[in-house]
Amino acid sequence: MPAEGYILLRRVFPVPADAIDQAGQVSTEVRRLLRGLGVEPEVVRRAGIVCFEGEMNIALYTKGGRIVLVVRPDRVELLFSDRGPGIADIDLVKQPGYSTAPDWARELGFGAGMGIPNMEENSDALVIRSRVGEGTVIRATILRRSDAAD
Amino acid sequence: MRLTEVQTALGLAALTPGAADRQVSWGFCSDLLSDVLAHARPQDLWITHQRHLNVVAVAKLRGVAGVVCVRGQRPSPEVLAKAREEGVALLLAAEDAFEVAGKLYQLLTSAPR
Repeated sequence: MPAEGYILLRRVFPVPADAIDQAGQVSTEVRRLLRGLGVEPEVVRRAGIVCFEGEMNIALYTKGGRIVLVVRPDRVELLFSDRGPGIADIDLVKQPGYSTAPDWARELGFGAGMGIPNMEENSDALVIRSRVGEGTVIRATILRRSDAAD
Repeated sequence: MRLTEVQTALGLAALTPGAADRQVSWGFCSDLLSDVLAHARPQDLWITHQRHLNVVAVAKLRGVAGVVCVRGQRPSPEVLAKAREEGVALLLAAEDAFEVAGKLYQLLTSAPR
Protein backbone atom coordinates (compact mmCIF):
# COMPACT_ATOMS: atom_id res chain seq x y z
CA MET A 1 0.00 0.00 0.00
CA PRO A 2 2.27 2.85 -1.19
CA ALA A 3 1.50 6.21 0.34
CA GLU A 4 0.26 8.89 -2.00
CA GLY A 5 0.43 12.60 -1.60
CA TYR A 6 2.27 15.02 0.55
CA ILE A 7 2.38 15.06 4.33
CA LEU A 8 -0.25 17.34 5.87
CA LEU A 9 0.98 16.82 9.39
CA ARG A 10 3.68 14.89 11.19
CA ARG A 11 3.95 14.73 14.96
CA VAL A 12 6.10 12.70 17.33
CA PHE A 13 4.87 11.78 20.79
CA PRO A 14 7.15 10.13 23.36
CA VAL A 15 5.49 7.42 25.47
CA PRO A 16 7.25 6.67 28.76
CA ALA A 17 7.19 3.19 30.29
CA ASP A 18 4.83 2.52 33.21
CA ALA A 19 3.06 5.87 32.89
CA ILE A 20 -0.36 4.26 32.80
CA ASP A 21 -2.15 7.30 34.14
CA GLN A 22 -0.64 9.46 31.45
CA ALA A 23 -1.42 6.94 28.77
CA GLY A 24 -4.44 8.01 26.78
CA GLN A 25 -3.03 11.50 26.41
CA VAL A 26 -1.50 10.79 23.02
CA SER A 27 -4.71 9.37 21.61
CA THR A 28 -6.64 12.37 22.93
CA GLU A 29 -4.17 14.71 21.27
CA VAL A 30 -4.19 12.70 18.01
CA ARG A 31 -7.98 12.91 17.87
CA ARG A 32 -7.86 16.65 18.49
CA LEU A 33 -5.29 17.19 15.73
CA LEU A 34 -7.18 15.03 13.24
CA ARG A 35 -10.46 16.78 13.96
CA GLY A 36 -8.71 20.11 13.53
CA LEU A 37 -7.55 19.02 10.06
CA GLY A 38 -11.09 18.13 9.12
CA VAL A 39 -10.40 14.40 8.92
CA GLU A 40 -13.56 12.31 8.53
CA PRO A 41 -15.17 11.44 11.93
CA GLU A 42 -15.07 7.70 11.28
CA VAL A 43 -11.34 7.89 10.47
CA VAL A 44 -10.78 9.94 13.63
CA ARG A 45 -12.66 7.34 15.67
CA ARG A 46 -10.66 4.43 14.26
CA ALA A 47 -7.33 6.24 14.57
CA GLY A 48 -8.17 7.13 18.18
CA ILE A 49 -8.78 3.50 19.09
CA VAL A 50 -5.67 2.25 17.27
CA CYS A 51 -3.60 4.94 18.97
CA PHE A 52 -4.98 4.22 22.44
CA GLU A 53 -4.29 0.48 22.18
CA GLY A 54 -0.78 1.07 20.84
CA GLU A 55 -0.09 3.67 23.48
CA MET A 56 -1.23 1.32 26.23
CA ASN A 57 0.94 -1.46 24.85
CA ILE A 58 4.02 0.76 24.94
CA ALA A 59 3.24 2.01 28.46
CA LEU A 60 2.33 -1.41 29.87
CA TYR A 61 4.78 -3.79 28.25
CA THR A 62 7.86 -1.95 27.07
CA LYS A 63 10.77 0.13 28.26
CA GLY A 64 9.17 3.13 26.60
CA GLY A 65 8.96 4.33 23.03
CA ARG A 66 7.21 6.78 20.78
CA ILE A 67 4.30 7.28 18.44
CA VAL A 68 4.57 9.11 15.15
CA LEU A 69 1.41 10.47 13.55
CA VAL A 70 1.50 11.15 9.83
CA VAL A 71 -1.51 12.57 8.05
CA ARG A 72 -1.72 12.52 4.26
CA PRO A 73 -4.60 13.47 2.00
CA ASP A 74 -5.54 9.81 1.50
CA ARG A 75 -4.58 8.23 4.83
CA VAL A 76 -3.61 8.49 8.47
CA GLU A 77 -0.54 6.54 9.59
CA LEU A 78 0.43 5.74 13.14
CA LEU A 79 3.90 4.35 13.80
CA PHE A 80 4.60 2.83 17.17
CA SER A 81 8.13 1.96 18.17
CA ASP A 82 9.59 0.89 21.48
CA ARG A 83 12.84 -0.15 23.09
CA GLY A 84 11.90 -3.71 23.87
CA PRO A 85 11.56 -6.41 25.08
CA GLY A 86 10.11 -7.39 21.68
CA ILE A 87 7.50 -9.98 20.74
CA ALA A 88 8.65 -13.59 20.31
CA ASP A 89 5.54 -14.88 18.54
CA ILE A 90 3.58 -12.25 16.61
CA ASP A 91 0.86 -14.70 15.52
CA LEU A 92 0.17 -15.42 19.17
CA VAL A 93 -0.37 -11.76 20.13
CA LYS A 94 -2.82 -11.40 17.27
CA GLN A 95 -5.02 -14.08 18.84
CA PRO A 96 -7.94 -12.59 20.77
CA GLY A 97 -7.60 -13.37 24.47
CA TYR A 98 -3.84 -13.86 24.55
CA SER A 99 -2.18 -11.53 27.04
CA THR A 100 0.98 -11.28 29.08
CA ALA A 101 -0.43 -8.53 31.31
CA PRO A 102 0.53 -8.71 34.99
CA ASP A 103 -2.21 -8.92 37.61
CA TRP A 104 -2.05 -5.25 38.57
CA ALA A 105 -2.77 -4.25 34.97
CA ARG A 106 -5.63 -6.74 34.67
CA GLU A 107 -7.22 -5.27 37.77
CA LEU A 108 -7.32 -1.94 35.97
CA GLY A 109 -9.11 -3.53 33.04
CA PHE A 110 -6.11 -4.03 30.78
CA GLY A 111 -4.87 -7.35 29.51
CA ALA A 112 -8.09 -8.54 27.89
CA GLY A 113 -5.99 -9.86 25.03
CA MET A 114 -7.80 -7.58 22.61
CA GLY A 115 -5.26 -4.82 22.07
CA ILE A 116 -3.62 -6.04 18.87
CA PRO A 117 -6.91 -7.49 17.51
CA ASN A 118 -8.55 -4.08 18.11
CA MET A 119 -5.70 -2.38 16.29
CA GLU A 120 -6.12 -4.73 13.33
CA GLU A 121 -9.89 -4.30 13.35
CA ASN A 122 -9.62 -0.51 13.14
CA SER A 123 -6.79 -0.32 10.59
CA ASP A 124 -6.76 -0.98 6.87
CA ALA A 125 -3.24 -2.36 7.25
CA LEU A 126 -1.28 -3.27 10.34
CA VAL A 127 2.32 -4.35 10.02
CA ILE A 128 4.20 -5.65 13.06
CA ARG A 129 7.96 -6.14 13.09
CA SER A 130 9.72 -7.21 16.22
CA ARG A 131 13.05 -8.46 17.44
CA VAL A 132 13.29 -10.03 20.87
CA GLY A 133 15.61 -8.05 23.11
CA GLU A 134 15.49 -5.01 20.82
CA GLY A 135 11.98 -3.78 20.30
CA THR A 136 8.83 -3.65 18.23
CA VAL A 137 7.66 -1.42 15.40
CA ILE A 138 4.02 -1.30 14.36
CA ARG A 139 2.70 0.63 11.41
CA ALA A 140 -1.03 1.17 11.26
CA THR A 141 -2.63 2.66 8.16
CA ILE A 142 -6.15 4.02 8.15
CA LEU A 143 -7.42 5.02 4.75
CA ARG A 144 -9.43 8.19 4.35
CA ARG A 145 -12.18 7.18 2.03
CA SER A 146 -15.83 7.85 2.40
CA ASP A 147 -16.76 4.16 2.02
CA ALA A 148 -14.18 2.97 4.58
CA ALA A 149 -15.28 -0.27 6.17
CA ASP A 150 -15.92 -0.14 9.89
CA MET B 1 -34.21 8.24 26.08
CA ARG B 2 -32.30 11.28 27.23
CA LEU B 3 -29.43 10.81 29.64
CA THR B 4 -31.00 13.17 32.18
CA GLU B 5 -34.22 11.10 32.15
CA VAL B 6 -32.23 7.90 32.73
CA GLN B 7 -30.35 9.59 35.54
CA THR B 8 -33.59 10.60 37.28
CA ALA B 9 -35.30 7.26 36.75
CA LEU B 10 -32.34 5.29 38.13
CA GLY B 11 -31.56 7.74 40.91
CA LEU B 12 -28.00 8.33 39.71
CA ALA B 13 -25.89 11.19 40.97
CA ALA B 14 -24.26 13.26 38.23
CA LEU B 15 -20.58 13.70 39.06
CA THR B 16 -19.77 15.59 35.87
CA PRO B 17 -22.27 17.22 33.53
CA GLY B 18 -21.49 15.86 30.04
CA ALA B 19 -24.04 16.74 27.40
CA ALA B 20 -27.55 16.75 28.87
CA ASP B 21 -29.24 15.96 25.56
CA ARG B 22 -27.24 12.78 24.99
CA GLN B 23 -29.41 9.84 24.07
CA VAL B 24 -29.20 6.49 25.81
CA SER B 25 -30.56 3.51 23.94
CA TRP B 26 -28.74 0.62 25.61
CA GLY B 27 -26.25 -0.30 28.29
CA PHE B 28 -22.81 -1.85 28.23
CA CYS B 29 -21.34 -3.70 31.20
CA SER B 30 -17.61 -4.30 31.18
CA ASP B 31 -14.50 -3.74 33.23
CA LEU B 32 -12.22 -4.57 30.30
CA LEU B 33 -11.16 -1.42 28.48
CA SER B 34 -10.41 -3.12 25.18
CA ASP B 35 -13.80 -4.79 25.28
CA VAL B 36 -15.44 -1.38 25.57
CA LEU B 37 -13.28 -0.02 22.76
CA ALA B 38 -14.23 -2.93 20.55
CA HIS B 39 -17.93 -3.31 21.27
CA ALA B 40 -19.60 -0.39 23.06
CA ARG B 41 -21.82 1.83 20.95
CA PRO B 42 -22.25 5.60 21.06
CA GLN B 43 -25.70 5.46 22.69
CA ASP B 44 -24.64 2.98 25.36
CA LEU B 45 -24.45 3.83 29.01
CA TRP B 46 -21.26 2.16 30.25
CA ILE B 47 -21.57 0.49 33.66
CA THR B 48 -18.23 -0.33 35.26
CA HIS B 49 -16.17 -0.82 38.40
CA GLN B 50 -13.18 0.90 36.85
CA ARG B 51 -12.71 4.48 37.96
CA HIS B 52 -9.19 5.48 36.95
CA LEU B 53 -8.08 8.06 34.44
CA ASN B 54 -8.14 5.77 31.42
CA VAL B 55 -11.89 5.30 31.79
CA VAL B 56 -12.35 8.88 30.62
CA ALA B 57 -10.12 8.30 27.60
CA VAL B 58 -11.97 5.10 26.65
CA ALA B 59 -15.39 6.71 27.13
CA LYS B 60 -14.32 9.59 24.93
CA LEU B 61 -12.72 7.38 22.28
CA ARG B 62 -15.77 5.20 21.93
CA GLY B 63 -18.17 8.10 22.42
CA VAL B 64 -20.45 6.35 24.92
CA ALA B 65 -23.39 8.36 26.32
CA GLY B 66 -22.00 8.27 29.85
CA VAL B 67 -20.24 6.18 32.48
CA VAL B 68 -21.89 4.80 35.61
CA CYS B 69 -19.59 4.06 38.52
CA VAL B 70 -21.26 1.50 40.75
CA ARG B 71 -21.58 0.70 44.45
CA GLY B 72 -20.91 4.28 45.46
CA GLN B 73 -17.28 4.02 44.36
CA ARG B 74 -16.40 7.59 43.54
CA PRO B 75 -13.55 8.37 41.11
CA SER B 76 -10.74 10.64 42.30
CA PRO B 77 -10.97 14.43 41.85
CA GLU B 78 -8.32 14.10 39.14
CA VAL B 79 -10.54 11.75 37.14
CA LEU B 80 -13.57 14.01 37.62
CA ALA B 81 -11.56 17.01 36.43
CA LYS B 82 -10.48 15.12 33.31
CA ALA B 83 -14.04 14.02 32.60
CA ARG B 84 -15.27 17.59 32.95
CA GLU B 85 -12.53 18.77 30.59
CA GLU B 86 -13.42 16.11 28.02
CA GLY B 87 -17.17 16.51 28.39
CA VAL B 88 -17.67 12.92 29.56
CA ALA B 89 -20.72 12.37 31.78
CA LEU B 90 -19.76 10.45 34.93
CA LEU B 91 -22.61 9.16 37.08
CA LEU B 92 -22.60 7.47 40.45
CA ALA B 93 -24.90 4.64 41.54
CA ALA B 94 -25.25 3.44 45.11
CA GLU B 95 -26.30 -0.03 43.86
CA ASP B 96 -24.05 -2.75 42.45
CA ALA B 97 -23.53 -3.30 38.73
CA PHE B 98 -26.14 -6.05 38.49
CA GLU B 99 -28.87 -3.85 39.94
CA VAL B 100 -27.96 -0.83 37.84
CA ALA B 101 -27.93 -2.94 34.68
CA GLY B 102 -31.23 -4.57 35.62
CA LYS B 103 -32.95 -1.26 36.25
CA LEU B 104 -31.56 0.24 33.05
CA TYR B 105 -32.68 -2.77 31.05
CA GLN B 106 -36.16 -2.53 32.49
CA LEU B 107 -36.32 1.19 31.83
CA LEU B 108 -35.14 0.95 28.23
CA THR B 109 -37.23 -2.04 27.28
CA SER B 110 -40.48 -0.88 28.90
CA ALA B 111 -40.43 2.74 27.73
CA PRO B 112 -41.43 3.60 24.17
CA ARG B 113 -38.24 4.46 22.33
